[in-house]
Amino acid sequence: MTDPQDDPEHAEDAEDEALTALGALGDPVRRRLYRFAAAAPDAVGRDAAAEAAGISRSLAAFHLDRLVEAGLLETVFRRLSGRSGPGAGRPAKLYRRAGREHTLSLPPRAYDTAGRLLAEAVERAGLDRELQAVARERGAEQATGDPVGTLRAHGYEPFRDQGEQGKAGEAGGEEVVRLRNCPFHALAEEFPALVCGMNLALVKGLVEGCDGWSAEMSPGPGRCCVALRRL
Amino acid sequence: MTGFHLAQVNIGRIVAPIDGPELAGFVAELPAINKLADESPGFVWRMVDDDGADATALRPDGADDLLLVNCSVWESVEALRDYVYRSDHLRVLSRRREWFTRMTEAHQALWWVPVGHRPTVAEAMERVALLREHGSGPRAFTFRDPHPAPTA
Repeated sequence: MTDPQDDPEHAEDAEDEALTALGALGDPVRRRLYRFAAAAPDAVGRDAAAEAAGISRSLAAFHLDRLVEAGLLETVFRRLSGRSGPGAGRPAKLYRRAGREHTLSLPPRAYDTAGRLLAEAVERAGLDRELQAVARERGAEQATGDPVGTLRAHGYEPFRDQGEQGKAGEAGGEEVVRLRNCPFHALAEEFPALVCGMNLALVKGLVEGCDGWSAEMSPGPGRCCVALRRL
Repeated sequence: MTGFHLAQVNIGRIVAPIDGPELAGFVAELPAINKLADESPGFVWRMVDDDGADATALRPDGADDLLLVNCSVWESVEALRDYVYRSDHLRVLSRRREWFTRMTEAHQALWWVPVGHRPTVAEAMERVALLREHGSGPRAFTFRDPHPAPTA
């Protein structure tokens, strides 16, 4: 396991990168555009971003491309209308949040390193259930009764899964909320059973007392493995 | 396509006899989770006992009645990873300590086998032993340190 922070030169590069990225967010217009793109369930076009930020399309295009240069957004090209073949027009340039993580702490703090060491120790000791119990307790302490608001405040980026709701709607009006962001992404990749189990328990705690909502494991590509369901 | 598939073995010591109340939850999960494996992209084969449904009657160590073995073959490391960590299997996996005691030594191993090869319990246990003795290498490795399939 290599930790970039073990290497001073590497650490400085990473810090410079984070500073460049965060510097790009100093502008309030860019911040609005970034938040809009980051919160959208799918990649967004220039028109939608411009409208959300209340600026012109060309200004939005300029700032969106600056955010791409800073490594905060990435682009995908796709035909928006669903048409294909000749005559379908050029694919649109769409923007979505880049996968790269930026961490900056002044003075330097290495909570991620501590997290990895603790996770490895807990895994070695086989304390999954103890960890889950703590997560559930701490989550329940922070429950507010509003599942979507609580999870948003904790960085999960919840969204209602309309597709599945539509399908389930016919079967009996089930509501589904998925989480676009995994707040523990890197740790979860390294210790999936341990960290995803912890996260499920934490979310169960966070939505405790929320009328009819329950949290369950429902992994899918590019999102948190927990989903909320209400029958 | 290479001429190799990925074999996987996982051994685990259950906290109580397989037919007891402590393991009832685990046993209840098995049919669905095995079906999910069978239907997963890249699944090739999994070891079963004489009953043919799962491998819970197999005992890789005759002296240890609580040691279970689970062995399967997949098209690639990614296919196996998607099943183990990115499917409903993850839900069951996160409950592992309800049913299995922790192991201080390596308890799973990955290795490449020629397409069509079906590992035996003895072969699988040999790979776990290799990993315990020499650490991760081309003949027995881990998810964290995957080795590419042989080219020849």
